[in-house]
Amino acid sequence: MSHIVIRIPTPLRGHTAGADEVPVEARSVGEALARLGELHPGILERVLDGDGQPRQFVNIFLGSGNVRALDGMNTPVRDGDVLAIIPAVAGGGHESGGCKTESPSGTDYRA
Amino acid sequence: MAQVLSLHAAERRQLAAWACDAYPHEACGLMLGVSEADGVRVLEVRRARNLNVERARDRYDIDPADYLAAEREATARGCELVGVWHTHPDHPARPSPTDLALAWPGWSYVIAAVTAAGMTELRAWRLNGGHQFDEESIEEADPS
Repeated sequence: MSHIVIRIPTPLRGHTAGADEVPVEARSVGEALARLGELHPGILERVLDGDGQPRQFVNIFLGSGNVRALDGMNTPVRDGDVLAIIPAVAGGGHESGGCKTESPSGTDYRA
Repeated sequence: MAQVLSLHAAERRQLAAWACDAYPHEACGLMLGVSEADGVRVLEVRRARNLNVERARDRYDIDPADYLAAEREATARGCELVGVWHTHPDHPARPSPTDLALAWPGWSYVIAAVTAAGMTELRAWRLNGGHQFDEESIEEADPS
């Protein structure tokens, strides 16, 4: 087991009583996030989809690397690692219509 | 009661300069600051790269690496990311349906309307409990 820290983004700190980071012990990214979910129920629904993968509007970075480009949830962690939950920050001014996307809150939206 | 977003004149000028620089494309970035009882006090605005190059005129998607850098800077300074800013070229400074659909709770969303003549409007918005935007009042911060 490695001792790592998970960075919590501002929009999700309501699930961690305002804490900006949560220390956990884990061997992989998936284990670390599962431990986060045990400590703070409800947060994982905002981070992972039904298959246990990062949601469309969430990135998980281990250090400076996106875990999607590493070994996903199986990416091993080491003592001192920092795992950052990064909300996708997006939007736009005009509407062309017809596109369908999933919102961060999990509801479908048709523009 | 409406929340207040406190912004220095220098940061406002910086947003206007970036809005003009990017025009007719959207510019975007993050805001470092502190949360207060009646709103947020912005300490610094930072520009970020827009990953949505295909629709840069009407969409933005902040590079996660820029987000990570801003968050690290905020932590080092003992503050936090208090919100997001972006521009609406030739479009009012009101949230679009896309802005609403992709917004996160707990952040201020500053929108700058910009035309070829420059920034025409700057407004701030925040999600309420019903996932709708309420407008925040932008006040000029004390220059001290």
